[in-house]
Amino acid sequence: MSLTKSSEEDSFNGRYTLWIKEALEELPHNFTITDPFISGHPIVFASLGFLKMTGYSLEEVIGRNGKVFQGPKTNRRSIMEIREAIREERSVMVSLLNYRKSGSPFWMLFHMCPVFGRDDGKVINFVAVQVPISGQEHHRKLGDMSSDHSELVFGSCRREVCFGSFVHQNQASPMECVDEQGLEDWEHCEASESEKLKAVEAINNVLSILTRYSELSGRLVCGKRYCLRGVDCLSSSLVISLGRIKQSFVLTNPCLPDMPIIYASDAFLTLTGYKRQEVLGQNCRFLSGVDTDSSVLYEMKECILKGQSCTVQILNYSNRKDKSSFWNLLHISPVRNASGKTAYFVGVQVEASCRNTESKELRPETRQLSVVGAVRVAVRSSLMVTC
Amino acid sequence: MLLKIKRVPTVVSNYQKDETVEEGGCGRNCLSKCCINGARLPLYTCKNLDKFVGEKLESPVTFLESLVLGEWEDRFQRGLFRYDVTACETKVIPGKYGFIAQLNEGRHLKKRPTEFRVDKVLQPFDGNKFNFTKVGQEELLFQFEASNNDDDSELQFLPSIPLDADNSPSVVAINVSPIEYGHVLLIPRVLDCLPQRIDHKSLLLALQMAAEAANPYFRLGYNSLGAFATINHLHFQAYYFAMQFPIEKASSLKINTTNNGVKISKLLNYPVRGLLFEGGNSINDLSDTVSDASVCLQNNNIPFNILISDSGKQIFLLPQCYAEKQALGEVSSKLLDTQVNPAVWEMSGHMVLKRKEDYEGASEEKAWRLLAEVSLSEERFKEVNTMIFEAIGLSSHEEEEGEELEEQSSMNGGSFIRVHCPSVKEEAVSN
Repeated sequence: MSLTKSSEEDSFNGRYTLWIKEALEELPHNFTITDPFISGHPIVFASLGFLKMTGYSLEEVIGRNGKVFQGPKTNRRSIMEIREAIREERSVMVSLLNYRKSGSPFWMLFHMCPVFGRDDGKVINFVAVQVPISGQEHHRKLGDMSSDHSELVFGSCRREVCFGSFVHQNQASPMECVDEQGLEDWEHCEASESEKLKAVEAINNVLSILTRYSELSGRLVCGKRYCLRGVDCLSSSLVISLGRIKQSFVLTNPCLPDMPIIYASDAFLTLTGYKRQEVLGQNCRFLSGVDTDSSVLYEMKECILKGQSCTVQILNYSNRKDKSSFWNLLHISPVRNASGKTAYFVGVQVEASCRNTESKELRPETRQLSVVGAVRVAVRSSLMVTC
Repeated sequence: MLLKIKRVPTVVSNYQKDETVEEGGCGRNCLSKCCINGARLPLYTCKNLDKFVGEKLESPVTFLESLVLGEWEDRFQRGLFRYDVTACETKVIPGKYGFIAQLNEGRHLKKRPTEFRVDKVLQPFDGNKFNFTKVGQEELLFQFEASNNDDDSELQFLPSIPLDADNSPSVVAINVSPIEYGHVLLIPRVLDCLPQRIDHKSLLLALQMAAEAANPYFRLGYNSLGAFATINHLHFQAYYFAMQFPIEKASSLKINTTNNGVKISKLLNYPVRGLLFEGGNSINDLSDTVSDASVCLQNNNIPFNILISDSGKQIFLLPQCYAEKQALGEVSSKLLDTQVNPAVWEMSGHMVLKRKEDYEGASEEKAWRLLAEVSLSEERFKEVNTMIFEAIGLSSHEEEEGEELEEQSSMNGGSFIRVHCPSVKEEAVSN
């Protein structure tokens, strides 16, 4: 568990330096920052305001996906809207019902923006700001009531929205609990103009801090995409999809010179003992060594040239502490994208000695092929966006 | 008057021929009495989910997903499909809705069309015609069941067990003319030879599969007879497509809620008029409500399609009348020439086009126009809703009182929706 946490911190600090935490913590807003390049698209930073609003501690939030704050009555369409915005790497602003640690629901205005690498146009992070909605706008729309009157009349509905944080503290207040039921069943909750402005202001503040601190590390970020994503850059949504696959595999690009690795799963890194930055951009041959059968390598090369799948048993050399070699039951296959043409090759590694034939598991062959299938689904629509 | 149209049926199995099939021991490894004793398949028994589990898109690939994808890829590499669907170009049609078009010249056979009777949604099973007991066993991926035991909280998986005819197995098979990667057929109680019609148990099984797969990009669909079902043997279809369908983006307006908490909305700003079912106190409640509505349509001879979306949490019910219009000669030849038969996927906004010119010239306007032809008229739709509400025991009173109008829109990223808060209204009145 601590291993995952440190990788989130590493990636964040690496880009923005250690000092950014202090600067971000000075902001009064509720916000989270996520990293789509870590498997599970987890939160890598959460502001104090956010923690207070949701009732969670920092440890409980870092490494989790934003979905954990949603619940049974969260509007499905809003969830889908957010998901599609992430997939298309664009911003979104939507009212959303979230749940605190106590289980009590509250409405907030959710505004999320991608943060791009200035040099490569890649999405580095998503920043999400949460502005609690007072529900005032909703009451204003319902017609001619003086604002004072509306306080009285609508108090029971508004109260848990405004004073939501008190509700879960006062256990002995059944009246509020009854109102909370109503709150969950609200179809929607409109944010006021000032709440929307607050959200925009908050995002801008967070973005300017991220920009400033990214300058220190020399790897700039910005709120707009300044250049088209490079050919060897995968979209963040493809990376998020690939991050769901827990087996060892790599994607290579046959259109680039020497067919480099453009994606490596966490499991691949564990299996081979290499770090991600050591393998990206390299041809897979670094896994081969003295005793690797060259005829097998030749067979693979032939299949690649013909655009065919093949499975081979190949001796690979790891970079693990013991520098051990292992037999790799490797399956490679061409993968097409929406154009119908081959965009990548996928290589799925299964360490031969690890092939457990437990009766209640998928057959190893099926599991290996399921990786290929999952990659095909992800790659097929990865470039398709609404325009 | 007997209404018929001619169309080329989609080939979903390599053993499918359009007319009567020869009888007798076939040596083909099918599911009939001749071969079934040798059949062995993986068995996936899902836990008896009462409530939907919170699924997260970023969460790991589920076991069921691995099973479907792994077995499908295996058949893919063995060449069991008529073409490589991933080699078919696909794109999002520019526009607000993002209709999806695919150029697939291989899906439709260059054979002569068959006659389909389109005036009867309920037709008896005909053993002489192609049905799923005639598929080859290699086209079957696994057996899929819901646990009978309420205590079962774990899923059960057995990699290879004999198919037990006495247990009325339900199976998942490949569709050899896939629309997308992973296109499968869910065939409830395959040996019972049920005709293509919705029943409570079968719809529940389909919903359970959606929930179990826990992936909003894995949808299940159903076409009734008269709504472009190819085979009169009960089956659902499913495939993976990792982006939203236009219908999933359409706004909706709540028009009713059942006693067991199922919310029923009507679609707005979408070329097809239809209903959206969601919520319910349990999966069973949602399933039962949709089944009741479907049975009502069936009994009233109204063809329809069903889309199970959002991992089973949202179900679209789409009545249509295109086949009838075609039979009566009421469809323009331009639309007919595209040879798009609007089944559930097309209704959802996923258009498979067989001619390059249609693909190149695909536009949102054209897609809209086609689907608008398929849709029931506003009047007819209102009638149908009344029928449905009666059948599920609801008053057809639509909640459309002025300002309490609630509209859900996910089309405009920035548009904000008005609030409906019933308890507020009551308080206002009492004051």
